[in-house]
Amino acid sequence: MAEKKKTTTKKTETKKPITKKAAPVKQEIKKQAPAAKPAAKPVATGSTTQQKPRVGVFICHCGTNIAGSMDIPTVEAYAKTIPGVAFVDNYQYMCSTPGQGKIEKAIAEHKLTGIVVAACSPRLHEPTFRTATKEGGLNPFRFEMANIREQNSWVHMHDQEGATDKAKDAIRIAVAKAALLLDLFPKKVPVEKAAMVVGAGVAGMQAALDLSAAGIKTYLIEADTSIGGRMSQLDKTFPTLDCSQCILTPKMVDVGREPLIELYTYSEVHEVEGYIGNFDVTIRKKARGVLTPTEATARGLIGGGCNGCGDCDAVCPVIKPNAFEMGMKPRKAIYINHPQVVPLIYTIDFDSCVKCGLCVTACGPEKLAIDLESKDEFIKVKVGTAILATGYELFPIEKKEEWGYKRFENVITGLEFERLICASGPTGGHLVRPSDGQTPKKVAFVLCAGSRDNTGNGKPYCSRFCCMYSLKHAHQIIEKIPGCTPYLFYMDIRSFGKAYEEFYYRIQDEGAKFIRGRVANIIEDPKTKSLHVMTDDTLLDRPVDMEVDMVVLASAVQPSDDTNRTRRLFGVSCSSDGWLLEAHPKLNPCGTTTAGVFLAGVCQGPKDIPDTVASAEGAASAASIPIHKGEVELEPYFASCIDEKCAGCGMCVNLCPYSALALVEKDGRTVMEVTEAKCKGCGTCGGFCPGGAIWMNHFTTPQIVAQIDAFLLGGEQ
Amino acid sequence: MSAPGNFKIPERGPGIWQPKIIGLLCNWCSYAGADLAGGGRIQYPPDVRVVRVMCTGRLDALFVLKAFADGADGVLVSGCHFGDCHYLEGNYKAAKRMFMVKRLMKSIGLDDRRFRMTFVSASEGAKWASVITDVVNTVTELGPSPITEFKNK
Repeated sequence: MAEKKKTTTKKTETKKPITKKAAPVKQEIKKQAPAAKPAAKPVATGSTTQQKPRVGVFICHCGTNIAGSMDIPTVEAYAKTIPGVAFVDNYQYMCSTPGQGKIEKAIAEHKLTGIVVAACSPRLHEPTFRTATKEGGLNPFRFEMANIREQNSWVHMHDQEGATDKAKDAIRIAVAKAALLLDLFPKKVPVEKAAMVVGAGVAGMQAALDLSAAGIKTYLIEADTSIGGRMSQLDKTFPTLDCSQCILTPKMVDVGREPLIELYTYSEVHEVEGYIGNFDVTIRKKARGVLTPTEATARGLIGGGCNGCGDCDAVCPVIKPNAFEMGMKPRKAIYINHPQVVPLIYTIDFDSCVKCGLCVTACGPEKLAIDLESKDEFIKVKVGTAILATGYELFPIEKKEEWGYKRFENVITGLEFERLICASGPTGGHLVRPSDGQTPKKVAFVLCAGSRDNTGNGKPYCSRFCCMYSLKHAHQIIEKIPGCTPYLFYMDIRSFGKAYEEFYYRIQDEGAKFIRGRVANIIEDPKTKSLHVMTDDTLLDRPVDMEVDMVVLASAVQPSDDTNRTRRLFGVSCSSDGWLLEAHPKLNPCGTTTAGVFLAGVCQGPKDIPDTVASAEGAASAASIPIHKGEVELEPYFASCIDEKCAGCGMCVNLCPYSALALVEKDGRTVMEVTEAKCKGCGTCGGFCPGGAIWMNHFTTPQIVAQIDAFLLGGEQ
Repeated sequence: MSAPGNFKIPERGPGIWQPKIIGLLCNWCSYAGADLAGGGRIQYPPDVRVVRVMCTGRLDALFVLKAFADGADGVLVSGCHFGDCHYLEGNYKAAKRMFMVKRLMKSIGLDDRRFRMTFVSASEGAKWASVITDVVNTVTELGPSPITEFKNK
């Protein structure tokens, strides 16, 4: 820090020649690098620490993936000249069994102390080659990878010379690090025998049911007042035309009954601490204003608590739009979403409650379920793994002004259509025009409404299930309203699933009309409130202006409102469109880059119900593995303090995002101490320490400086 | 030479000076984004050499200065977007330090455009390619580092 301070204070003075500044900086690091090594001896416990480095370099051709873009013999010849390299080999596929065998054999034959494999990304094959290194008798952390595929041959495909030079440098940088690698030993930690599922839609419920069936205590957190999610709003499901509620309610009831599932509705994840096996999660249970029978009993009101009778609902004077019915039906300030809710407990919406107390009187002196003064509660639980199943919401389609949603009364979304056609919905299952309550004779469906839209005002991706639900809507219209014709304006009908294409043919045969063309504009007739749908029929190559009674927009979907906040709590990344990022799109679609956190359902990307349930079962299975194993290995990238260098300033203590560091007294001096269980190995402390007193395993200052020097100075300093 | 892809790649060949640029990348976002650019075969110039760390928070300001002292023509530090750090806030802390480096560079007469901190997420392969192209073009325009020239004197 002294060095830094000097330079920053000097900046106000005249500009001095660069060399004077550059030289002391360089000197300081030079001093720091070798000085740190002996101090690290207690950290490293390997037998080979003292030896002169003997690094083995293995260059992978990856078929022609790498060999096709660079000159492997030149790279290999160069690698032999790098200081510290004892052995160089190349092979077609290093990750194959013979390829790995080469590493194992060479370690013994050439007494190697470090391994460098120049191949693909360490994010892909580091574990593979670490295992091979271990099999060969070396500590697995004495392995370093040079990425010459993803970050070289694939991105410099037409620059043979540039790629070859870059590969040479990459290997030199990797060798410099490999020469300084030390033996490290992963830490084993026990795993809490409990899991958490965030979101109780069909994905979250399925995951929770699977986890509990595997004997794992599961905390199921739902932000809404009841479980069921989007699926509970649907009327029928394609292509089987099962009633959505009929197949969902048994699951909801099971979730409510299962003793191993602890259900928190009207709650959200407030804070997450810890790591795989030991997540400490704080749940915020929002003030509900109504006591469940259990809560009432806990307060000494035996036989009290809400039984869902609805007496309070009847007297409540406040009327609000019902979000579950997409605002098409009123609800009171004290409400339930629909008659089949699980748990059957009323909720007070304190944003609109006027606290008149009529509900308290109606509830009566026996149940005493209503508490108008209730406050948010914070509950701490400990879980081993967590599954995010936060689901989706509709893209606000009013942003696409050309289709007139929210400007024209008779333009509705697919989800509003679901509620209108549903027997338990606001109209009792009668599809009517919102403007006059008349039954429509012609209904237009606008597909890809906001999906597959590269204008910047929509979503670039396919929302995947809108084609199929629009086909189902068409079927429901034909079935329920004789003489009414559905017109589907589509770009492509994507009926990709099992029995989906057959369903498409069936709807065609039933008399639905298909017009291939993206709808350009919708205009309302101000007198009749009918709508003119304007498009270009791309099959007949002529413009279309069709007058219809009603338009249903198959709106795009986007991650639900709270997804972004929740994912950050769990340290999960998202893609540019907000969907949560899986660890690998093909090989690990349920996992995330945060160990112990998994994804289920639509939060990872649009899915229909079968895929959602399948992904939930996959996530549940993945989340149960560490719990059943009972312990997990943590990567040993911990920070530690070199006591002799630590001045006890305590800057690092404030920097640590995990509160893993503390100042302690040791031999009469104040020094920093790391709690390894809390340290996640980010190195933020090490990046700041003014005295260079922090030793970051596997990313030590000497190692990083050696890498920088290797590239710029061409080898050992 | 021009290669296919979305980005203009500067002329290369014998006699044309090529910059030495070091990229210090975080494992979770930028390194993954760079891998994604590879998977997508998005072509960019090959002048940046990468050193991977777990988090940009690990990066000491001295690493950057060391690279310049060693003769780097440019340094690129790339991490997660703010709020997306795998370790909650390492990138904020790195950014603070790197701003300090930029101020320091200005005050010692080293063009601060030689040093850049960017934020590229794991899903931004195309952005990674455009960042690299831009960094290489900027540094190529600035020419060899004055430190190298001084050392060679």
